[in-house]
Amino acid sequence: MPTQTEQIARPRRSVRGAAELRVRRAGMPQRLSGGLFGLAGLAVLALVWELYKSFGPADGVILGGVTVLPRTTDLAMPHLFVMAERLFEPVTGAASASPLWLAVLQGSLFTLGIAAVGWLVGVTVGLALALLMQRFRLAESAILPWIILSQTVPLIAIAPLVRRWGAQIQFGEFTWESWMSVALIASYLAFFPVSIGALRGLGSPDANHVDLMHCYAVGWWKTLWRLRLPASVSYLLPALRLAAVSAVVGSVVAEVSIGLRGGIGRLIVEYAGAAGGDPGKPWAPIFGSILVGLVAAGFVGLISLFLRRFRRGEAA
Amino acid sequence: MKHRMTWLGTVGAITAVGVLVLSGCSTASDTPSTDAAGELTPITLQLQWVAQAQFAGYYAAVDQGFYEDEGLDVTIVEGGPDIVPQDVLAAGDVDYAISWVPKVLGSIEQGANITNVAQIFERSATTQISFKDKGIETAADLAGQNVGSWGFGNEWELFAGMQQADVALDDISLIQQAFDMNAFLSGDIDAAQAMTYNEYAQVLETVNPDTGELFQPDELNVIDWNDEGTAMLQDAIWANADQLESDEDYAANTVKFIKASIKGWIYAGTNPEEAAAIVTAAGSSLGQSHQLWMTNEVSKLIFPSTNGVGLIDDAAWANTVDIALNTKNETGATIITTEPPATAYSNEYVQQALDELTNDGVDVNGADWTPTEVALNEGGN
Repeated sequence: MPTQTEQIARPRRSVRGAAELRVRRAGMPQRLSGGLFGLAGLAVLALVWELYKSFGPADGVILGGVTVLPRTTDLAMPHLFVMAERLFEPVTGAASASPLWLAVLQGSLFTLGIAAVGWLVGVTVGLALALLMQRFRLAESAILPWIILSQTVPLIAIAPLVRRWGAQIQFGEFTWESWMSVALIASYLAFFPVSIGALRGLGSPDANHVDLMHCYAVGWWKTLWRLRLPASVSYLLPALRLAAVSAVVGSVVAEVSIGLRGGIGRLIVEYAGAAGGDPGKPWAPIFGSILVGLVAAGFVGLISLFLRRFRRGEAA
Repeated sequence: MKHRMTWLGTVGAITAVGVLVLSGCSTASDTPSTDAAGELTPITLQLQWVAQAQFAGYYAAVDQGFYEDEGLDVTIVEGGPDIVPQDVLAAGDVDYAISWVPKVLGSIEQGANITNVAQIFERSATTQISFKDKGIETAADLAGQNVGSWGFGNEWELFAGMQQADVALDDISLIQQAFDMNAFLSGDIDAAQAMTYNEYAQVLETVNPDTGELFQPDELNVIDWNDEGTAMLQDAIWANADQLESDEDYAANTVKFIKASIKGWIYAGTNPEEAAAIVTAAGSSLGQSHQLWMTNEVSKLIFPSTNGVGLIDDAAWANTVDIALNTKNETGATIITTEPPATAYSNEYVQQALDELTNDGVDVNGADWTPTEVALNEGGN
């Protein structure tokens, strides 16, 4: 006859065991099914595109003089296979021209590099600001309004000005280069969600947990390390992902704005002219920027794998 | 070849990151000195767009070593959609800039102290194109039509032409045009703005769905502002007026820079295939036939030259200023409200360059120059 405690303990253990099992079993297949759903979503999108192209009205859907759905001509909506085929043809007719996919891939890597620099700088600045605001109430009331205000400055719109200010920076062997202006703009967009997310995250532990730390006579730094940082992870991860996407968007737009050579933005500008005679071509850099966005988001996903044990359901 | 590689390496590395890094030691060690002059003077040129054959002469002058022959190490800085070359020049970030006269006149009135030292393009390349069946042959026919324009200072010749033909801005519906010609091809725009060297060709590189072949020039009507009398001066070399005044070396380099640039343009005019290849090698991703077309069309804006390449024609300048003073846009504003200062243009430097070239036996008028026939391929490839 099992004792009373054993009776209580057994079902408990088995419940926990089942839960653990479920978690373990869910690991791979869940991620796999997630990927499958992602692919299915893409397929649906492609199907909708082609179906609308086949059956939609050639002049688009116009309601009260406003076009709500685009034209279905080959100019406005090339077939997906036209875009795909174009990727495997050379960029131009020149003998030395590389295939389009290679040019776009190189551009994507360039943009990814700039976005990564921008993201790193943005995350560093964002975290530093969040820590400062968490530590000093005064800093929070002084800085927070400015952080929010900062996002109303259309920095992308004044990208050329940023480039020109930067061009005047020079000390010793260091000279400011145009790509740094692009990275700066990327970081300017990236720091915002991180600072806000981290601030909320750092302030998220329950008051009784913080009080416990007080009772242990633990200092601010140790409280930060043991309690606040782990608690902030579930706020930080979505912020980091948002920052990554903002950094990519900021990079591409700033590249377009100043015509920086090498990246996706420049390809968008240069290929736009071919839209009439070569409708597949302008779509290639768009696929490139999607790729960059996916890789950037995937990278943050990788970070979240390492921080898995701190995650207790992500808060937005 | 070694020279070419050096140049490619230098310019490639530099433009890849956008801004020049020129220290005395690097110029001395990178560049094989071609003459006794020894060290080359670093010079930067700001373009008004990304690398393309519109700037073939400057790229050719770099590639062919014309600048180097004059003791200049020229770095070409590409522009972009939001880069304003005259502002970059006025801020002192570059030594020279390429820009259109009407756009710069506005900047000069705002306080930019810069000087047109060589009017490279004698003629305007801006046109308004339409399909034949619309029957738009002159500016007067624009009334009641959907008229496209890029805006941002590209609209003034159109507005001046309309004003001259008594077509008010209320008589047309003005449509913002994008980088591509899709709005024109799909019929949203009846008369679209088109540069002879670029957008016009983009249309001719597109398959006409009705015929299954590329659009042909005889399917289009072209309103040429040169013929209408409202053409304004376009690509010119601008220099810093203060520096011309105070810095003798800069003034001397300006003559050298213009001289080598004219040689570059003569090279591009007589060797369009090679010049187009040079521009493509410098990083332009335009299609091969499109690049060649652009080289050829741009040469048509320069050659044959009335008074020698780059010399600013007083009458043409006065006409541009007149239009800038008197043409109103949709908000009723004009480009400028007062006559530009005397420093706005100077023939001093280009005249000296032309004299030196003539002494060297160079034909600076290109009176016998003939354009080549360029066959455009689909998509410009």
